[in-house]
Formats: sequence, C-alpha cells, structure tokens
Amino acid sequence: MVSPAHFVALSVILFVIGGVGVLVRRNALVVFMCVELMLNAANLAFVAFARMHGALDGQVIAFFVMVVAAAEVVVGLAILTSIFRARRSASVDDASLMKY
Amino acid sequence: MTHPVVLAASAATTSRELAFWILAIIAVVAGLGMVLARRAVHCAVLLAVVMLSLAVLYAMQGAPFLAFVQVIVYTGAVLMLFLFVLMIVGITAADSIVETIRGQRLAAGVFGIGLLALLSLVVGHAAIGPASRAKVAFGAGNVSGIARLLFTTYVFPFEVTSALLITAALGAMVLTHRERTTPKPTQRRLVRQRIASGRPTPLPGPGTYARHNAVDMPALLPDGTPSELSVSEVISGGGQMGSPGVTALDRGASDQEDA
Repeated sequence: MVSPAHFVALSVILFVIGGVGVLVRRNALVVFMCVELMLNAANLAFVAFARMHGALDGQVIAFFVMVVAAAEVVVGLAILTSIFRARRSASVDDASLMKY
Repeated sequence: MTHPVVLAASAATTSRELAFWILAIIAVVAGLGMVLARRAVHCAVLLAVVMLSLAVLYAMQGAPFLAFVQVIVYTGAVLMLFLFVLMIVGITAADSIVETIRGQRLAAGVFGIGLLALLSLVVGHAAIGPASRAKVAFGAGNVSGIARLLFTTYVFPFEVTSALLITAALGAMVLTHRERTTPKPTQRRLVRQRIASGRPTPLPGPGTYARHNAVDMPALLPDGTPSELSVSEVISGGGQMGSPGVTALDRGASDQEDA
C-alpha cells in the first residue's frame, strides 16, 4: 500500500533537487524553473498530508500555492525580460550592479 | 480461499503501488535532468514531465481537482509563459559551465546532501500515519468539497488572491512597458541609415538556394559557400545552424564532370 509517507519522501527528494538547481544554475530562467520545482514538491507534501488527515484543507492550501506561484512567475518573467532588454543577457552573474 | 473482493482490492493496491513507483522514478529522473541539462528549452520540457507526473500523483491521492489545475495552470499556462520568454531571451541561452565563485558547485552539492539528510531525518521521525479512511471529499465530491472550504473558511484569502493576481498582471505590464526615448524614425532617416550601413539590399533568406528551406539552413552564395547572414542570429549564435551539405547543384556538377 502506498502510504502518505512515500509521497512525502518523494516531495523531499524533488525539493532538494530544486534547491540544488537554484544554487548551481546560472541562467535566470532555469533558476526560476527550479523554484517552480520546489513549489511543486511542497504541494505534493500538502496533498499527502491532506490525505493523511482526511481533511481537504491541505488541498486548498496547495491551490493557493499554485495561485501565488502563477503570480510570481508573471512578475519574475517580466523582470527577466526587462533585464534582458537592458543587458542582453539572462545570466544571474551579469545583473550585479548593486553588489557593493 | 480468498474472497474475490479482497483479491480485487489487493490487485488495485498493487497497481497503485506500481503506478506510484513508475511516476516517482520518472519525476526524479526528469528533475535531475532539468538541473543537469544545459539548454534552457530542455529544462522546460523536463519540468513539464515532472509536472505532469505530479498531476497524476495528485489524482492518485484523491485530489482530481488539483490534478486538473496542475495540468491547466502549471503545464498549460506557466510553462507556456516560460517557453514564450525563452523565445524572447533567445533559445541559445545555454548555461556557461564556468564557475564564477570558486567551489560553488561543490558547496551546492554538499548543501544538497545536507538538506536531504536533514529533511529525511525530520520526515523519518515524524509520525506520518497511513491514509485516513476514504471519504466522499476525496473522490467524486472533491470539487464541491474544495468549493465549500474556499467560500467559507478560506473566503478572505481567496479574495486577497484576486488582488494579488491583478497586481501581478499590472506589475508585469509596467515592467515590460518601454517608453520611447527617441523620436520615431522617419522613412527618410531609415533610407539614409540603410545606405550608410553599406548593405542597401535586404538580407538573404535562409535556405532558399540550398537543399532545404528550413530557417536553420543557411543560403548558399553563388560560389557555393553558405551565407551566415541568411540565418537569424538567435539560431546561428547558438551553434544550431544546419549545414547545407551536398546540394543538388553540386551533384549535377559532379555528374557533368564524370560524363
């Protein structure tokens, strides 16, 4: 029988993969995709816990996470396009004007 | 002898287990591939694979509504947006492998292993019980159950969500809006610019005189050399330009020589 623990373990693995991806990748778009992967992993855990408790609240929270993620992507990609327009690059290393 | 109902139930359990393991492996492999793939487009496609398998996993856990929202909102809208921006930014946007901070990749690996160990410890210690007995809300009544919660307990966050979405849409429009800082060029100025640039004619189209007419195939000049100018910079800059190879013209010429 597949228990909620299995799903939580899968979500842990996916979350770690996403986190490492955020740290390793240099392309801002791919960094964004890794953040999305982390959000998805969190959602999976929410759904698993909703199943465990037999209540729908976890699913509703996962729904809200999806909405916030969609808003985040819209604004993030808009920032990315404007940075690309100004600097002709999508690398996170190049936008370092405010470093010091 | 085992009762047929019990047998059927155990068969359903094994098929669920099988589905879980297949989907889990697909999701983890695709996730790893996303981190390792060098081209951003491959990353996007692999992310789509992860999201679709997660959608099926949601459906398996009695969340059909979330499964559909996952497919429609994430795979449909968010990933399409990603691909759209990818086309603007340039499909060539392959990551450089140069480390800007020394030892960063190693540190990230160590961090990842540490985080995995920590989270596994926490999850292992937590008492994650078995799934509670199936209720109506996890099957056919899922949508109405979620709707009831959304419009009663969570009605305020739900309304705040609409404000968030409107703000995000407006923000995106403001961020991508570009003010014109120079006067609009007149036709006279454009013509002067063109003559002054040294190339008064339009650029050659791709592949017109070569074997293919695909956009990544450079046109052949009269002397047989491929013309880089005929291919869009987005394609030629990323090393994705095709090679015209042997053309019908070449073959004809060699035939004549043989004869």
